[in-house]
Amino acid sequence: MTLVAPFTEITDVSGSSSADSRFVRRLLRRPQAVACLVYLAVLAVVAIASPILLPDVAAERAGDLADSLQGPSSQHWLGTDSLGRDVLQRLLVGSQDTLIGVGVALVVVMLLGIPLGLLAGYVGGRLDRTLCWIADLVLSLPAMVLVIVVLSVFSQNLVAAMVTMGVLTAPALFRVVRAATLPVREQLYIAAAVVAGLSPSYIVRRHVLPRIVGPIIVQLSLLAAGALLLQTGLAFLSLIAGPPAPSWGGMVADGVGVMFQQGWLIWPPGIAIALTVLALGLLGDAVRDVSTEGWSPKRSPSRSTKQREKKKGADAPAISVDDDVLLGIRNLTVSFASSGGNVRAAERVSFEVGPGETVGVVGESGCGKTTTALAILGMLGHGGHVEDGEAHFAGQDLLTLSERDIQEVRGSEIAYISQEPMVSLDPAFRIGWQLEEAVRANTPLRGADAKRRVQELLEQVQLPDPTRAARMYPHELSGGMAQRVVIARALAGEPRLLIADEPTTALDVTMQVEILELLRSLQRDHGMAILLVTHDLGVVADICDRVVVMYAGEVVETASVADLFARPGHPYTQALLASNPHNQHAAGMLPTIPGSVPELGAMPPGCRFLPRCTQSTPACELGTIPLLQIGERHESRCVHAREVRST
Amino acid sequence: MVSMVIRRVFTAVPLLLLVSSLSFVLLSLTPGDAARQILGTRGTPEQYEALRQQLGLDQPVYEQFWHWLSRAVTGDFGTSIINGTSVAGEIWARLPVTLSLISGAILVSVVVGVAGGVFSAVKDGWLARAIDALVLVVWALPVFWVGSMLVVVFAIKLEWLPAVGYVPLSESPTAWARSLALPVFALSLGSVAAVVKQTREAMLDVLGSDYIRMAAANGIPPRSLIFRHALKNAAIPVVTVVGLQTIGLFGGAVLIENLFAVPGLGSLLVTSALSNDIPAVQAVAVVFTLVVIIVNFAVDIAYGLLNPKLRSS
Repeated sequence: MTLVAPFTEITDVSGSSSADSRFVRRLLRRPQAVACLVYLAVLAVVAIASPILLPDVAAERAGDLADSLQGPSSQHWLGTDSLGRDVLQRLLVGSQDTLIGVGVALVVVMLLGIPLGLLAGYVGGRLDRTLCWIADLVLSLPAMVLVIVVLSVFSQNLVAAMVTMGVLTAPALFRVVRAATLPVREQLYIAAAVVAGLSPSYIVRRHVLPRIVGPIIVQLSLLAAGALLLQTGLAFLSLIAGPPAPSWGGMVADGVGVMFQQGWLIWPPGIAIALTVLALGLLGDAVRDVSTEGWSPKRSPSRSTKQREKKKGADAPAISVDDDVLLGIRNLTVSFASSGGNVRAAERVSFEVGPGETVGVVGESGCGKTTTALAILGMLGHGGHVEDGEAHFAGQDLLTLSERDIQEVRGSEIAYISQEPMVSLDPAFRIGWQLEEAVRANTPLRGADAKRRVQELLEQVQLPDPTRAARMYPHELSGGMAQRVVIARALAGEPRLLIADEPTTALDVTMQVEILELLRSLQRDHGMAILLVTHDLGVVADICDRVVVMYAGEVVETASVADLFARPGHPYTQALLASNPHNQHAAGMLPTIPGSVPELGAMPPGCRFLPRCTQSTPACELGTIPLLQIGERHESRCVHAREVRST
Repeated sequence: MVSMVIRRVFTAVPLLLLVSSLSFVLLSLTPGDAARQILGTRGTPEQYEALRQQLGLDQPVYEQFWHWLSRAVTGDFGTSIINGTSVAGEIWARLPVTLSLISGAILVSVVVGVAGGVFSAVKDGWLARAIDALVLVVWALPVFWVGSMLVVVFAIKLEWLPAVGYVPLSESPTAWARSLALPVFALSLGSVAAVVKQTREAMLDVLGSDYIRMAAANGIPPRSLIFRHALKNAAIPVVTVVGLQTIGLFGGAVLIENLFAVPGLGSLLVTSALSNDIPAVQAVAVVFTLVVIIVNFAVDIAYGLLNPKLRSS
């Protein structure tokens, strides 16, 4: 049950250069990224230029000792250190060693991480397993400790230390590159390139590398930050950059030594280190955001605009509804935020479900069936909101309820089961526990009573060994068993309405029959109404009393099951019936409906089914088609409904 | 579970051999060997040769290694060439100090980090944004610098806690806790930031998953969704980060012990490295690796407890 907002993956086969330049342009649109890049560029210039412009600083053993430990002044902008040397000069010159250290580590990381990562991800198999094992091994070594071991041999040797650091952290990049290469390799256009006989090295250079540049940069910026902290840490311990060489870490150590006399001195090098680490970290963040642009989940779902309007009006009078209507939906319009503005996934949807009645909602994928079901429960999720409409249930409009109030309805009044039983249960908890939780959440039963109820529920859904099933984890269940458990959970609060969203789609045929049989018997025993969302008219014929046919976000026909199958009043319904595999007696070709459901936000004017309809006339193009009464409790959104019905 | 234990042992042995043999080979490359180190510039060539023989340095490296290894497995790491004391004795005396420092930091990281991460994942508003910003700043600050600032503020300005030094637990529990407070705080900040970040991302990830939506659709209250369902599932990546952070904490401990004059393994490592005390450096490296292996092992067990799929397979 995934609700995919209109989202088209752009598969760029044209090559890497255009993708690269687009990536850079998007990155440069972000002020954060630009600020980080500018800072790092300035730092690089300083690191190269200042030792040339200030040649004496690196070897300066002491400055004016009489002028030591001074705070900032016009002469010494950042003050003087314990030996009277200018802090600013030492900070500038000290940046060189720091950056050389980071650079060495990064070069080693890239030389090891990228080729080996590509190799492991691309070749796979035993080589992949061996390299991963080694990577895990190396990553579980304490890097700092081993670097110090190396430094006890190569005394004061910055390059040796940072090469070691590079070797020890290369597995981090290796893993990122490998993980990024694996899915790229699976993609169709790579397979096509292989079939076309292109050499692996060409494919890697041309197709794989450009796509994993983002993750590599992110990881490199993090590793650079780590290398910088290590380099300054080693200098702080005077394991590298011994006196008189200026270094940021050494300057902090100097500042700590004279902390009691002059508290200022640890600030300049501390800020320099922190800023550089921040610049690297934020750059990495920006690159990650750019390379995953458009996917990032929004943090809080926007509240329904309708709800906000109604809130202002305070207590709306309770709406009186007929006793023979359990759920009454009127003019429900739901839209989703997309990059091109709001698109409507369901528009002016109206239908009713009576107590104990089973109503099927049918249509192809993308017709707004699931959207409608989720809107009723206030569970549209990110970016989706109810624009307009009402959903009356037990005397209240569900769409105006606060989150707290609709929570009371969920589970105890209306329960929900989805088409993916295997992902509907929490993998970390036992079945019995999850059912008991649902019982406690939706009924006053506690303790032993709740446990007994769980047992009862498991028996009701006809699981072969309820006691054993209660002790199992979801991954130990088969699809059919999982769906029974999901149904048991939905029954926990004895709801008056069960919304079943494609409950049998993910199951094999025998399971489908059993689950439908189960639903039917539960309904018979408990008088529970069912709103059954499905694309399968066979299922509808099997279990439903009435049917709502949806197409492209609209209800196009409502009818009793008998009417619908005998005298369908809409060409779309006819087409659905014709393509239903259950109707095929002979081994002929299965007819399909030519064309596809129009994209949300790209609806044709007039009848939405027009482009695929075989019975259209010019009248079909004129304006929005209303839902017309064509028989007793039989409506159709077709201008030719009567003619269609008689064909 | 059993197969996992066996697998861990299979990785632990090569890891220890790798570290010890690498450090052994590296250290045998040192220009001045231990004999030269002990004699300094005074000894005659005869004395030097005699000492080399006595220390076994005239033998090939692999024999030296074998010799060292066969004693190391019995817990004998030789004697320090600087002051002639037993390296193993020194390590045993210092290990509890480092372990209390590190376990304190892990405790703080997990408690504060998970609480902060859950809060920032679930709540919007200025406090959640403040946590995000703080995480970033804390992550960018070097541990030795933070430690220094803490000393300035809490020890010098406010005089609440001692600036440096360590009091053993057996002497006075309160003084022990007070002497560790600042080092633990300084050491844990970075990993707190990492745990907050990972917890936040894992929580957001899990809270967006189908089973949370389905549980919500069937009336499970938000409190349970967050603190039972989401937290238990999010704990798996969080445990990974805590494990990695713990390995990093050993590096941080080296810095912190030196800054706060805490007599642990980290300060032993640095003083030994600065004075080329080869047996001590080697032994500390091996002990560190051993402790890290034990930590990884604990992380694996935690995985098994959190993820039923791993347990049954």
